[in-house]
Amino acid sequence: MPSLHLAVAIDRADTHQAAPYLESALLAEHGSLDFVTLGDSFARPGPDALAVAARIAPDTARIGLVPTVTTTHTEPFHVQAAVATLDWVSHGRAGWALDVSATEAEARLFGRRRAAPREELWREAGDVADAAARLWDSWEDDAEIRDVASGRFVDRDKLHYADFAGRTFSVRGPSIVPRPPQGHPVRVVDATAPQARETAARHADVALVRAASAERAAAARAELRGLAARFGRDPRTLLVFAALDIDLGDGEHAAEPGHGGGPLPTAGGPAYRGGPVDLAELIADWHRAGAVDGFHLTPAEPRRDLERLVNGTVALLQHRGLFRTFYPGSTLREHLGLARPANRYAALTGESA
Amino acid sequence: MTRRHETAQRPKQVHLAAHFPGVNNTTVWSDPASGSHIDFSSFASLARTAERGLFDFFFLAEGLRLREHKGRIHDLDVVGRPESLTVLTALAAVTERLGLAGTVNATFNEPFELARRFAALDHLSAGRAAWNVVTTSDAFTGENFRRGGYLDRADRYTRAAEFLATARELWDSWTPDGRPRPFAHRGRHFSVEGEFTAPRSPQGHPVVIQAGDSPEGREFAASAADVIFTRHGTLEAGREFYADVKGRLAKYGRSADDLKIMPGVTFVLGDTAAEAQEKATEIRRDQVSPQNAILALEQVWGVDLSAYDPDGPLPDIDPDPDSELVQGRVKITDPFAVAAKWRALSEAKGLSIRQTVIETTARQSFIGTPDRVAADLTEFVRTDAADGFILVPHLTPGGLDDFVDRVVPLLQERGAYRTAYEGTTLRSHLGLREPVWKG
Ligand SMILES: Cc1cc2nc3c(=O)[nH]c(=O)nc-3n(C[C@H](O)[C@H](O)[C@H](O)COP(=O)(O)O)c2cc1C
Repeated sequence: MPSLHLAVAIDRADTHQAAPYLESALLAEHGSLDFVTLGDSFARPGPDALAVAARIAPDTARIGLVPTVTTTHTEPFHVQAAVATLDWVSHGRAGWALDVSATEAEARLFGRRRAAPREELWREAGDVADAAARLWDSWEDDAEIRDVASGRFVDRDKLHYADFAGRTFSVRGPSIVPRPPQGHPVRVVDATAPQARETAARHADVALVRAASAERAAAARAELRGLAARFGRDPRTLLVFAALDIDLGDGEHAAEPGHGGGPLPTAGGPAYRGGPVDLAELIADWHRAGAVDGFHLTPAEPRRDLERLVNGTVALLQHRGLFRTFYPGSTLREHLGLARPANRYAALTGESA
Repeated sequence: MTRRHETAQRPKQVHLAAHFPGVNNTTVWSDPASGSHIDFSSFASLARTAERGLFDFFFLAEGLRLREHKGRIHDLDVVGRPESLTVLTALAAVTERLGLAGTVNATFNEPFELARRFAALDHLSAGRAAWNVVTTSDAFTGENFRRGGYLDRADRYTRAAEFLATARELWDSWTPDGRPRPFAHRGRHFSVEGEFTAPRSPQGHPVVIQAGDSPEGREFAASAADVIFTRHGTLEAGREFYADVKGRLAKYGRSADDLKIMPGVTFVLGDTAAEAQEKATEIRRDQVSPQNAILALEQVWGVDLSAYDPDGPLPDIDPDPDSELVQGRVKITDPFAVAAKWRALSEAKGLSIRQTVIETTARQSFIGTPDRVAADLTEFVRTDAADGFILVPHLTPGGLDDFVDRVVPLLQERGAYRTAYEGTTLRSHLGLREPVWKG
């Protein structure tokens, strides 16, 4: 059976201090989880997610750090540089959850363009992801040579112009940041909304889907992987995680009678309410059925539920041998079993040689 | 003795900041002691040294496009760097008091997003953030951005000023008890409205630094900056600049203490004056390799001079004033004058190309024994040539070790430098008031 992956949201309602986020990330790391996510939006109070991830990076050692960075009102060149830098400061643990800003209210915060339909914004997000990957490749890994004899610090033949021209922006390149430790930081897309699906299938390493049953999750996974294959990708390089809100209440088993078996659909998406033991059952069942590659869990009560998740659910899964008890590698890609991508420009040089 | 009396007795204090030597031609990357300029450990190490030396802040420069020479990426100096704000935010985890200053361009960013990122840095570092507001003078950089192009000098600074004013409206938009209130700004460059996402930060506003030397730049600094990062590192030029800028403050209702002037300077230490001088000469030779000497010449002449011998005489051809040879660097405005000056010097002293470049381009500011350097720094500050210095070491990350171990104690002995941080925020280190909340 392929290995199970677990990720957790460590969002807090409106705190701008580092300590609570760090506490959660350390707890998740204690449970050997693959990564933590930090949501973000210009439309609500809360700190810049990438900044929080950077702030907690030196105080954590193994856990992947995946902030949301939106693509609608931001500069693609700055975004890719910031995500690459998060990868540098975390020694290869950076991810990037792409999202769009679709409201008129967000557009007015910038005053540069009007709100646009989601289809259009997700197409642009795909362009941003594409441009970012080209810029991450714009430095070959061994571009820095420090050759004293010739006086050259870099081999300029290993630096490349990305020359990306999208529908709404263009970028010349190369990046200002050398290729990050993971080559490409891990890209995560919530593919629940149909408009986001194509971008996820083309560019994501991890797609999240909100599904209320193993069957629906399996169907979404099959669809995404099928699309990925159509776009010329090896579908195994796209992991699909079920996204669930979890309320672990207080008890070992279902807090509400008849609620232990599975998530209930709610207005905000499927929500699981019950005890940590039953959640472990659900995760084991779905994974055994091959419905998903992993889970992204959002605690209702950040402290309480994360603690119950790690000390209850995760401990149980580990005990049964279904989830790792330590990190065998050090980068987020290694946790996820994803290879470090080859550099597209280096590959070209190789072929022509 | 009252506290006020003590302050009145205390001689003017020296402020110090550490520049992480990024993309430039001062870093001697060929030195075996030169480490990575990308790995986080290098940044953490230099920042910790600066904090051990009780420095006001740690400073990162910014470049948004790799420089080009003759249409190709410039490859002789350190190239590439991580993104400033992300590195600084990570440094907040490994330091406690040190200010964290980042250069971020106002032309290729938008106020809402940048104000938010700096608010995050200020919150996550408990009041240690600073923003060096720069503008860009070339369209070359614009090719990496949605906006594209660039702004001419006048517009550059009107945009920068409006950008900063807008950021300040956002930083002030929450009530002191932590509730968001709507903001609306309508101006020539920006029309933005909505709600900001962060409460007022621990320093009120991050410290604002300015680094540009035109009259427009100086005026912008006098009206709005807390610190100027300047290139005027000699006693005479420093005093002139200091008097000029401080003289501009009154018309904005500001006093001389509200704006600190800190030149970027280099230093070379030795056990004797002769040893320091010898080291300084060696460093200059390392900085100006034969290839770099030709490059420096081409940047003035604007023509291909690769056939010339760096150890031979200067070319006797004229510069090309319309050259597009250099991209991403400030253009020399009068290449004929510079070329004539270089040629005259070379002929008078019998200098080769490389020797001429060594003589005429940036040199070390403070050379000598630790005692000499401490005395010189103190004199600069006491005679109003500067309020402090941004030290640019020639090595990463160990380039400040000697300074902190050997010069800082001597400054302290002279009563010219703090013996402990007195506050926790960067504003408190710099002796700057917290901005009044304009709700
Ligand atoms: C000491 C100093 C440091 C500077 N550092 C940067 C920098 O890191 N990044 C940048 O884009 N521009 C930097 N600049 C450029 C200026 O901020 C400014 O954009 C440029 O000098 C043009 O403005 P001016 O016409 O007022 O001189 C620096 C300038 C000075 C004097």
